[in-house]
Amino acid sequence: MGEALPSIWRKIFLLYRDGLRNMRLGRTLWVIILLKLFVIFAILKTFFFPDLLATRFATDAERAGHVLEQLTAMPDR
Amino acid sequence: MLEHLDLTMVNWARAQFALTAMYHWLFVPLTLGLSLLLAFFETLYFKTGNAAWKRITKFWMALFAINFAIGVATGIILEFEFGTNWSNYSWMVGDIFGAPLAIEGIFAFFLEATFFSVMFFGWDRLSKGMHLFSTWMVALGSNLSAVWILVANGWMQHPVGMAFNPDRARFEMQDFWAVAGSPVAISKFTHATSSSFQLAAFFVIGVSSWFLLKGRHMEMAKKSIIVAAVLGLLSSGFVAFTGDEAAHTTARVQPMKLAAMENLYTGRAGAGLVALGVPNPEKRPGDNRDAFLFKVEIPFLLSFLANRDPRSFVPGINDLVYGNPDRQLLATGKKIEKGQIAIASLKEYKKARANNDRTRSAAALSNFENYKNFLGYGYLKNPEEAVPPVVLVFYAFRIMVALGTLFPLIFAAFLFFSYKDTIARQKWLLALGIFSIFLAFVASEAGWVVAEVGRQPWAIQDLLPVSVARSNLTAATVQTTFFLFLTLFTVLLIAEVRIMLNQIKQGPEAE
Repeated sequence: MGEALPSIWRKIFLLYRDGLRNMRLGRTLWVIILLKLFVIFAILKTFFFPDLLATRFATDAERAGHVLEQLTAMPDR
Repeated sequence: MLEHLDLTMVNWARAQFALTAMYHWLFVPLTLGLSLLLAFFETLYFKTGNAAWKRITKFWMALFAINFAIGVATGIILEFEFGTNWSNYSWMVGDIFGAPLAIEGIFAFFLEATFFSVMFFGWDRLSKGMHLFSTWMVALGSNLSAVWILVANGWMQHPVGMAFNPDRARFEMQDFWAVAGSPVAISKFTHATSSSFQLAAFFVIGVSSWFLLKGRHMEMAKKSIIVAAVLGLLSSGFVAFTGDEAAHTTARVQPMKLAAMENLYTGRAGAGLVALGVPNPEKRPGDNRDAFLFKVEIPFLLSFLANRDPRSFVPGINDLVYGNPDRQLLATGKKIEKGQIAIASLKEYKKARANNDRTRSAAALSNFENYKNFLGYGYLKNPEEAVPPVVLVFYAFRIMVALGTLFPLIFAAFLFFSYKDTIARQKWLLALGIFSIFLAFVASEAGWVVAEVGRQPWAIQDLLPVSVARSNLTAATVQTTFFLFLTLFTVLLIAEVRIMLNQIKQGPEAE
């Protein structure tokens, strides 16, 4: 059992290493995935998608207070 | 035309969410259905040992990978939009959505992601049985992801198993199993997945039809068509059954949506189902205009589908907006009054809590409890605001049902000519097979229009309208990101279509 475990990890490592090395279509797809993740997380998330409640308020109590304020102020508008 | 567009922030936020969701939904159904077809193809390879099935599996697996790669992470943008455009809503439902979405992330997505690479890299390293197991796990993981997303969506359409906490301004989960086992969630999952199987079946049939028309990879195309058509035909029966169940559930929990789907303004007993019709675009709730310019109706069918009783009463839009005492239907105006009491009680509770006035806060809370089920109505400006865009919902429903009726006939035709072994000569059917890919996507998106536009104005049925669920942002801010996404999504879609077409042109030789 003591020898079997490293052997399993080695097999898993080789599966991924050889699989990734032999990719053809997969390389293009990985480029697309990485580009997309970069656009989504590095550009969109940073510049266009601030989590408003997370950034404007420090505690959950403040966030709850803000939402409650919105809920109860709405009919007066 | 432009002067009729309401360009407020909430409508831009809705348009942006619709754009993102509909784009996301181009990839999801194909992933759900194609993963299952891969499992079927490989099972046939496992059972027969015929190497042709292995080639078939590997070819469709490459197309599955392209769809998966382009579609992956598009759902994350939806989550960003929750935080930015719908921050009130996000806060209020965080406790409910946390559990199903965490289960989706931890179990379903990891199951799918783990076995995904094993499925691709393990052909020559794993036993046939272990590889087949991996492929089935990818199919199971993909479809399990859908369960939890649709549980969350089902809760918005029919909020159960929760209580509103006025201190935290949150809906809190009281009964996980009531949320997970909600009839709306179940009917949504079964209907969405079975229709996704149809879509994937058409994808396989369409691409295979192209090969047959070109006279290439004939054996692969014929075998693929048989498996896909069998799955498509079986799924069609399931789609009809689950669709019927979904309509029956809608009649109980979202009667306004059903009335909009049928353009039914005046409710009646023994209501017929409009098989074909042109709604009057000038028709408004409460006026005397005819609801239809033209219609062909199947007598009693709507009552039967809605209530399982052909003589039963189905409420119309006017009954729901203005009330119908004979049918114990409360007018929306009355609901608005009750909702306003709920809001006022909440306001009073907040004030009393701030002043540490326990007697007043207890009284306000008790009053709120009496009216809390009408909370969302208190934000409506008038009763007519409770009516969704009727004509859009009516047509989207008709398109979905008409295509859903046509699909089994196409699947049956493919099976029939495959059985006769004359499929390669049926040029008209092969051309229809290619066009059916487009039709399947139209039907799938139309289904979402019915589900999501039909429940307007509610973000959470009866409890939170979209106008309150939104963040405090300017329309211009949301407008900018709307066009940014439109560009990004279009570029990604073009990329996918190009890579996909290129891979199809290469055929199984690409392996």
